[in-house]
Amino acid sequence: MNYGLLTTEILTAVLGLIVLIAGLLLPERGKKAVGFLAVLGLTVILANVILNFGHEAVFFNGVYQIDIYGNFFKVLFLCAALLVFFMASRYTEFFGQRKSEWFSFMIFATLGMMVMASAGDLITLYVGLELMTISFYILSAYLLNDGLSAEAGIKYLIMGALSSAVLLFGMSLIYAASGSTVFTEIYRTLSAAGNIQPVLVAGIVMMIAGLGFKISAVPFHMWTPDIYQGAPTPVTAYLAVASKAAGFAALVRILLVALPLSLFNWSLALAVLAALTIVIGNLIALAQKNVKRLLAYSSIAQAGYILVGLVAANSYGLKGVLFYAMLYVFSNVGAFAVTTMVEVETGSTELEAFNGLGQRAPMLAAVMTVCLLSLAGIPPLAGFAGKFYLFSGAIQAGYLWLAFVGLLMSMISVYYYLIVAKAMYIGISQKEGPILVPLTARLALWVCLAGTLFIGLYPGPLSRITEMAIGLFL
Amino acid sequence: MIGLNHYLLLATILFGIGVYGVFSKRNAVAILMSIELMLNAVNINFVAINKFIQPSNTIGQLFAIFVIVVAAAEVSVGLALIISIYRHKKSVNLSDFNLMKW
Repeated sequence: MNYGLLTTEILTAVLGLIVLIAGLLLPERGKKAVGFLAVLGLTVILANVILNFGHEAVFFNGVYQIDIYGNFFKVLFLCAALLVFFMASRYTEFFGQRKSEWFSFMIFATLGMMVMASAGDLITLYVGLELMTISFYILSAYLLNDGLSAEAGIKYLIMGALSSAVLLFGMSLIYAASGSTVFTEIYRTLSAAGNIQPVLVAGIVMMIAGLGFKISAVPFHMWTPDIYQGAPTPVTAYLAVASKAAGFAALVRILLVALPLSLFNWSLALAVLAALTIVIGNLIALAQKNVKRLLAYSSIAQAGYILVGLVAANSYGLKGVLFYAMLYVFSNVGAFAVTTMVEVETGSTELEAFNGLGQRAPMLAAVMTVCLLSLAGIPPLAGFAGKFYLFSGAIQAGYLWLAFVGLLMSMISVYYYLIVAKAMYIGISQKEGPILVPLTARLALWVCLAGTLFIGLYPGPLSRITEMAIGLFL
Repeated sequence: MIGLNHYLLLATILFGIGVYGVFSKRNAVAILMSIELMLNAVNINFVAINKFIQPSNTIGQLFAIFVIVVAAAEVSVGLALIISIYRHKKSVNLSDFNLMKW
C-alpha cells in the first residue's frame, strides 16, 4: 500500500482545519487572506490529484480505493469548488464575520465528496456522505438574517436526515444478505450464493432511494427547489454540481461493483426513475418565475439525463455520465455565477431582476445564454456532446423509448431556458448603468464560458479521459 | 428463544414509527427525535445481524458506532438550526416555515 496516494484527502482535511483556525486567529483586516489561502490550498491539491491521476491503489482490503474513476471526480469537485470560490468573491461579504468559516465548511464538504467518490465500502461511503451533507446543512442556512436561508437549512436537514436513515436501513439489509460491507466482498458472496433473497431487493431499493435523494431524482426531489432557492447562491451552485456528482459517483460505483447487472437487474427500475425525473423536472421548470428555482428544476431534469447513462451501463452510457457531470460543472456554475452577480446587484433572483441585463452587462448576459443553451443541449455547446453520449448509450442498450423521452424533453427545455434569455435581451430594466463584476468573478465566468465552448467543439480529450476512468467497470 | 427475526421485526417496527413521526409531527424537535428513532432501528439491525450472521467479526457493531457518532453530529447541527430559525419566527412549528412552498 502506498499511503502517499492518500495525500489528497489528508491535505484537504488539513486545509479545512487551517482555514478554520486562521479565520479565528487573524485580525479583522487580515480576513481577506483566508479566501486566498483556501484558493491556494485547493489549487495545490488539484495539482496533486492531476499529477497522480493514473496511480491506482486499494487500501485496507478494499475499504478505500484510489483509481482513475475516483480521481476524475476529485478533479471535478476541486474545479467546482475553485470556480465557486472565485465567483463568490462579492457574495461572501454578506456572510460578515463568519466569512472565513464559510470557506472551511466548503472545503469539508469537498472532502466528504472525495471520500464518497473513492469509498469501496458501505461505512466509508456513509461517513463521506454525512460529512458532505452535514456541511451542506450548515452552508444552506448560512445567511442568518435571511428567513429563506434558515428555512432552507432546516428543510434540508429534515429531508436529508430522513433520506440517510433510509439509505442506512438499505445498507443494513445488504449487510444482512451478504455479511460484508466491502463492495467487492458483497459481490463475491452474493454471486456465490446465486439466488436473490427478498431482503437484498429491499436493501437495493432503499439504497437507491437514499442516493436518489442526493442526486434529486424524482420522486425524491421534493427538497431541491426550496433548498436551491433559499440557500446562498454560491452554495446552491456547489450543491447543484458537486453534491449531485458525488451522489452519482457513489451510485455508479456501488451499483456496478457491488451489485452489477449480472447479479440483479436494476436497470428497468432506474429507467423508469430516469424518465420520471426528466419529464417532471422539465415540465415544472416551465412554470417557474424565480431563476434559482428554475435552475433547481432544470438540475432535476439534468439528473434524469445523467441517470440515462447509468441505465444503459455500457461504455457509451457510463462515459456519458462522467462527461456530462464534468460539463455540467462549467455550464451550471456559469449560470449560477451570473445569478450571483445579479443578486448582489439587485438583491433579487426573480426573472424580472434579469431584465435588460444584455445592455447593462453584455458579458454576464452572454455567459448566461451560452451556459443555458449548453444545458438545453444545443450544438455546438458542451451539453450537446454530453447528451449525444448518454442517449447513444441508451439506444445501444435497447432503451430507445428512454432516449426518445430525453430528446423530446430537451426540446421542451429550450423554452424555459430561452425565457431567461428573452428577459435579458428584450426585457427593460428598471435601473441603468453597468454592473460591477470583480476580477475574480470575471475569471470564473471566462473559465465557465471557455469550458462550455471547448468541451462542445472539441470533446476528444475529455472523452478519452472518461474512457480511462470507466475502465474499471467494463 | 429470541432469534434474528425478532430483532429485525423490532427494528422494522421502530423504523416505521420513526417514519410515521417524521410525516405526522409538525414540531421540528419532535421530527428530529423521530429521525433518531429511525437511526436507532438501523443500529439494532446492524448489531443483531452481526451477532447472528457474522459472529466472527465485528463489522456490524463498528457500523453502529459510526452511525451513533454521525447521528450525534447531525442532531447538534439540527438543534442549532432550530434555534436559529426560532429567533426569526418565534416558532419551531414546520407549518410556519412557509416562505417557500414545500
